[in-house]
Amino acid sequence: MTSIIAVRGLRKAYDSGFEALKGVDLDIEEGEIIALLGPNGAGKTTLISTICGISRSTAGSVSVGGHDIQSDYRAARAMIGLVPQEISLEPFETIANTVRFSRGLFGRPPDEARIDRLLAALSLSEKKNARNRELSGGMKRRVMIAKALSHEPRVLFLDEPTAGVDVELRREMWDVVKELRRDGVTIILTTHYIEEAEAIADRIAVINRGEILLVEKTGDLMARMGRKELEIMLEAPLDAVPESLSAHALTLSPDGRGLVYGYDGRAQSTGVGALMADIQAAGLPIADIRTRQSSLEEIFVGLVKDEN
Amino acid sequence: MSRPNLQAIRAIYLYEMGRFFRTILQSMLAPVISASLYFVVFGAAIGGRIDQVEGIAYGAFIVPGLIMLTVTTQATSNASIGIFFPKFLGSIYEVLSAPVNAFEIVIGYVGAAATKAFIVGLIILATAYLFIDLSIARPFAMILFLLLTCTSFALLGFIIGIWAANFEQLQLIPLLVITPLVFLGGTFYSTTMLPPFWQGLTLLNPMHYLISGFRWSFFEQADVPIALSLFAIAVFTVICLAAIWWIFRTGWRLRS
Ligand SMILES: Nc1ncnc2c1ncn2[C@@H]1O[C@H](COP(=O)(O)OP(=O)(O)OP(=O)(O)O)[C@@H](O)[C@H]1O
Ligand SMILES: [Mg+2]
Repeated sequence: MTSIIAVRGLRKAYDSGFEALKGVDLDIEEGEIIALLGPNGAGKTTLISTICGISRSTAGSVSVGGHDIQSDYRAARAMIGLVPQEISLEPFETIANTVRFSRGLFGRPPDEARIDRLLAALSLSEKKNARNRELSGGMKRRVMIAKALSHEPRVLFLDEPTAGVDVELRREMWDVVKELRRDGVTIILTTHYIEEAEAIADRIAVINRGEILLVEKTGDLMARMGRKELEIMLEAPLDAVPESLSAHALTLSPDGRGLVYGYDGRAQSTGVGALMADIQAAGLPIADIRTRQSSLEEIFVGLVKDEN
Repeated sequence: MSRPNLQAIRAIYLYEMGRFFRTILQSMLAPVISASLYFVVFGAAIGGRIDQVEGIAYGAFIVPGLIMLTVTTQATSNASIGIFFPKFLGSIYEVLSAPVNAFEIVIGYVGAAATKAFIVGLIILATAYLFIDLSIARPFAMILFLLLTCTSFALLGFIIGIWAANFEQLQLIPLLVITPLVFLGGTFYSTTMLPPFWQGLTLLNPMHYLISGFRWSFFEQADVPIALSLFAIAVFTVICLAAIWWIFRTGWRLRS
């Protein structure tokens, strides 16, 4: 894999003096979907805006497809499509015109057939000649996506694309994203829906306070940190974990009715079988059993806590 | 430097012109009505009682100045709204992230604003023919002057649009600066009719050179030499271009 975007020591201080990016290094591989994950104000939008040329960096460099975003900005920018976090459409302009404008702006000759296909793919065909102000919020967001895709970019930035989008539309949107990936488009997205990052991203970059904390394959991250918990509910409460079960790392819930066993869900030997056998042997009647996998969200909260 | 992005110029220009044609009635109606009022009141009604100015019937004399008044305001407001509106809405992000340079952006936006003002100027001229007996001595010079004026004031408007932080500021310069300067620059009179002190002051008014030059293209009579008028318009254009160049180089009010 070659990296299509290389960010090196990128710093960004706003006029107020606030440093929103504190030396970001990031390599994005061609054709991958990478999720930027971070709390409000982490610097996700700032990072995207700086790569796309909307705000200026204070230090460091970025190249897109081998083109420096400053010295070779035309080639770099022509490769990029951007769907910003905020929707901004001219209310009285038609959808078709809005999208045509974007295509031209990025240097592509008019191509009505392509625009029709694009609008169809985003379920906007019916609204082609409607005005932007006549659209629902979800439709407006799709128009923003259509604009970003109008010039056939190789790299697509989606800054919180599913904010304010209903479940069905979100699924449709992810279908579009997956199809783009099939065509080899590299996709960088930010989202607050962590399950989605987990489900759709090949890699996850965690960013907080202007710094990248880690970049890892989604699966590896889950495996490395994805602890599972088994909770065994007992019919009668206990005062303490019985002596015969002391070999297992068990904790007793405060009400004494639950035994909690933490383990690595992907390990060869989880120890669950032996634990169950020992509980049986100890003669403890079991009322219920449940398992829980720690989500990316918990991992994330853990990481941020470690840092502070 | 890589190839210019001609598609982008075309896209911006057509998009802006689209806005104009979509609201063609509003775009045209207001300037035409107000110019007609001037022609009726100053040209026909009052003009009939005023002696000729420098050998030209008063009704005809005021036509070039009134056209200037309209096109300078039109060019300035069209261009300032053209760039202010996307800034206000936030859709400017797209222009800032596109593979375009400052000149392509300026040609697109300023070109469209100047074209609109030029069209309005021609329509005002046609309107004038309805009310006033008029002939144009140097039609080519007249067109050239009109084009130069539309372009340079569209450049000024572009700067105002980038500078303005709200709609009030957007109106401020045209209302406070341009309109008074056009009025004081000899729209309704020859500056040679003024006392010497005011005549001297008028020489500091850039609008005076424009109106004088434009009037020359109609009647071959001018308050200042035609070459000086052209020079003034050139200086004004260069100042605007330099300001725009600086704006894009520093990202002033555009990029954080
Ligand atoms: N124009 C600006 N001027 C000054 N500070 C800014 C500006 N834009 C953003 N910031 C600050 O930079 C930091 C990062 O902001 P940014 O918008 O990049 O966060 P984010 O990760 O996208 O957050 P969110 O998830 O809420 O969208 C924040 O502390 C924010 O207040
Ligand atoms: Mg953001």
